[in-house]
Amino acid sequence: MRNPEDLVKPSRRRFLATSAALAGGLVIACFMPVGLRRAFAQEGAPAPKPVDPNAFVRIGRDNSVTVLLKHAEMGQGIWTSIPMVVAEELGCDWSMVRVAHAPSAPAYAHNTFGMQMTGGSTSTWDSFEQLRTAGAMARTMLLETAAEEWKIDPSSCRTDNGFVIAGARKASYGELAEAAAKRKAPAKVTLKDPSKWTLIGKPTRRLDSLAKVTGAAEFGIDVKRPGLLTAMVARAPVFGGKVTRFDAAKAKAVPGVIDVVQVPSGIAVLANHYWAAKNGRDALDISWDNGAGKALDTVALRRDYAALAKTRGAIAKTAGDVDAVLGASGTKVDAEYDVPFLAHAPMEPLNCTVVLGDSSCEIWTGTQFQTGDQAAAAAVLGIAPGKVKVNTMFLGGAFGRRANPTSDFVVEAVQVAKAAGKPIKLVWSREDDIGGGYYRPMWLSRFSAALGKDGKPTAWSHTLVGQSIIAGTPFAPMMIKDGVDATSVEGAANSPYLAAIPAHRVDLHSPTSPVPVLWWRSVGHSHTGFVVESFIDELAHAARQDPLAYRQALLPTTSRDRRALELAAQKFGWGKPLEKGRAAGLAVHESFGSHVAQIAEVSVTDGRIRVHRVVCAIDCGPVVNPLTVEAQIQSGIAYGLSAVLHGQVTFKDGKVQQSNFHDYKVLRIDEMPVVEVHIVDSTEKMGGVGEPGLPPIAPAVANAVFALTGQRLRSLPLVLA
Amino acid sequence: MKFDINGREQELEATDDMPLLWVLRDLAGLTGTKFGCGVAQCGACTVHVDGQPLRSCVTPAAAVAGKKITTIESLGPDGSHPVQRAWIELDVVQCGYCQSGQIMSAVALLKVKPDPNDADIDAAMAGNICRCGTYQRVRAAVHRAAELGKESGNA
Repeated sequence: MRNPEDLVKPSRRRFLATSAALAGGLVIACFMPVGLRRAFAQEGAPAPKPVDPNAFVRIGRDNSVTVLLKHAEMGQGIWTSIPMVVAEELGCDWSMVRVAHAPSAPAYAHNTFGMQMTGGSTSTWDSFEQLRTAGAMARTMLLETAAEEWKIDPSSCRTDNGFVIAGARKASYGELAEAAAKRKAPAKVTLKDPSKWTLIGKPTRRLDSLAKVTGAAEFGIDVKRPGLLTAMVARAPVFGGKVTRFDAAKAKAVPGVIDVVQVPSGIAVLANHYWAAKNGRDALDISWDNGAGKALDTVALRRDYAALAKTRGAIAKTAGDVDAVLGASGTKVDAEYDVPFLAHAPMEPLNCTVVLGDSSCEIWTGTQFQTGDQAAAAAVLGIAPGKVKVNTMFLGGAFGRRANPTSDFVVEAVQVAKAAGKPIKLVWSREDDIGGGYYRPMWLSRFSAALGKDGKPTAWSHTLVGQSIIAGTPFAPMMIKDGVDATSVEGAANSPYLAAIPAHRVDLHSPTSPVPVLWWRSVGHSHTGFVVESFIDELAHAARQDPLAYRQALLPTTSRDRRALELAAQKFGWGKPLEKGRAAGLAVHESFGSHVAQIAEVSVTDGRIRVHRVVCAIDCGPVVNPLTVEAQIQSGIAYGLSAVLHGQVTFKDGKVQQSNFHDYKVLRIDEMPVVEVHIVDSTEKMGGVGEPGLPPIAPAVANAVFALTGQRLRSLPLVLA
Repeated sequence: MKFDINGREQELEATDDMPLLWVLRDLAGLTGTKFGCGVAQCGACTVHVDGQPLRSCVTPAAAVAGKKITTIESLGPDGSHPVQRAWIELDVVQCGYCQSGQIMSAVALLKVKPDPNDADIDAAMAGNICRCGTYQRVRAAVHRAAELGKESGNA
């Protein structure tokens, strides 16, 4: 595999799986694009791979149990929940469990997607069967080792908290481990009945806390290697811009600067430390050809999108004669919504350490996409992907930014190391991060609906306008079907309300622009959740009905959305009077296999919206660690509230107008509501929790603001008139 | 230039204008203190200088040479400081990147206000951004650390 496109070649099935992963977990969602579904049907489901327990579980003589984590820990808590799954079956002493990121190797590929990656809120369900099986196999191998040593039948042995026991005889896992690892893994193991689980489902504290409260946790930016230089790249001020000429004399005169090299993305300054690299970069004299990108202006872009939304786009979903119903007499509701470009802004600025060898390359970075990075680095160097070793460090947040089909920050780091012939750590400043692209696309949605005499919608037209994330990537040929990128319309084309609306149409325009776009926590749901749940609220008010009752009437009693909504309403006390000056709004949205309802309680002081409380109910199927679910819901709400109250990236003359946290504001502790999380008791298929907490918060807050002020805010961030 | 970092005197080759953050991370090798914004907006780089919390990313080396600098590493590797214990007990961290700064701000707050209310916590911690949104557990953990501090007489 010499370039990312080759990723798609080994097999059609592998490609399909990969693109689905990158699309943000479409496979687990109820919705799967027709093209994908057909392709899967032709090829059949991927065959389950044999589990190699030695790849995942290492038992030390000291009785420590190290679980090798094939997914990356970026805050979402899998450093704890996945080892819980192993330990449940292994029957080891939980206090002896250690965790390490797995190396980059085919054994650690995502079971559904065929490549090593973390995304789409899939890690726990992806690992669940495989890691339980690995734990059970390891337990059997330990037990058989003891039985052989004691010359007794394995059936007369049992295990307990890290020991194999038979009558009065007892051997620790550590004593048995070396011999056990040499045994052939059992062909078949019986997994524990869920009623016997003692760890899975139990609130369990994180295993990475100690490292993270002492400063010992090693993130990519903390990597130390002999002779390592810090590199910073001066990139074009406008997307698509090119260097026409540069003078490095002043940069090279900065004490600590070692070298200046040109790479495809700009000019790199290499220095002994960050401060010298930054000062060196500031001292560069560069002339740029900004190209066509310099015309970009988001005010104009929004106007273009609004005009486009008045025309028919590619059809994502349709039923009945929408135009005929909308043309008939009766109550009509029209509305236009928009959301801006957003930067991911993880706390740890992007970085990547590269050390080149003879026909080999070693990388240390926080990445969600090891297999892609290997292929992309290999392509730069002209070596085989297997010669690229990726060491996954703790990720200081990612939210999708560290899973890029172009592997942009890895490729750039490899290019710098190659050009300079030196080991380097590429570091982005915060300004590089906010202005450097790969944003959540800007979106505009236009709705028209007709209401029947009972107030229920009889027609629903939803036109979306926004850049495709998939277009231009190697995944486009398969992921974009009939002009519709499935990630653009997820949560809109499969809205649960459509089944109750006889005539409906969801169509999509996918204009292009020089702005690089990417999945941002919850991907398409980050805008569709807002617009669909706000517009349904508009319809409820137009019908003079209670927003909860209106939704209940549209959702069948068996609906998981409805169940979550009703639990949230009950826990919140929906309909009960609130403190003076406050109002509540609700929303429900399914994403990544989990159904989440939220009710937000807000007030407004001096034009400033304040969210006091959010009551949330989630149905994510069986729960491994309730503490993780709670944390991820709080996290999704906080991340979502940054976009509700503050977040926007805008362009003027092709340049990003924001640069750092003073003008790309994010939620702070004094704006954090009290979040209550209620988990629906559910035996449905396991869903994700990293992203699904986000989509409902924007509409819940906007609906509450409407209830309080009568102002229907249809743009994010929410700004009162 | 001479620096007193976590009770240890060190001679480091810093220029006067080099921010303390990079002195710590790139010269002293103490990477527990984090770079988040470089403009005193996010608090990830919070350390104490003569007991006062400071944003090390905008504090020039010359301004702190000879002063008592304490970083997250000074709280000890075993996590036994009341604030660290509270953080572990209440499962605060997620990605963990901002937590050195959060903890250093919380330690500073508890020194001046051993029993803070929610408003005190919000006011003292509003300079520390957490993109994972651990704020609710941060609040709870500061309260818990206050209790633990009283028990051990060491907040």
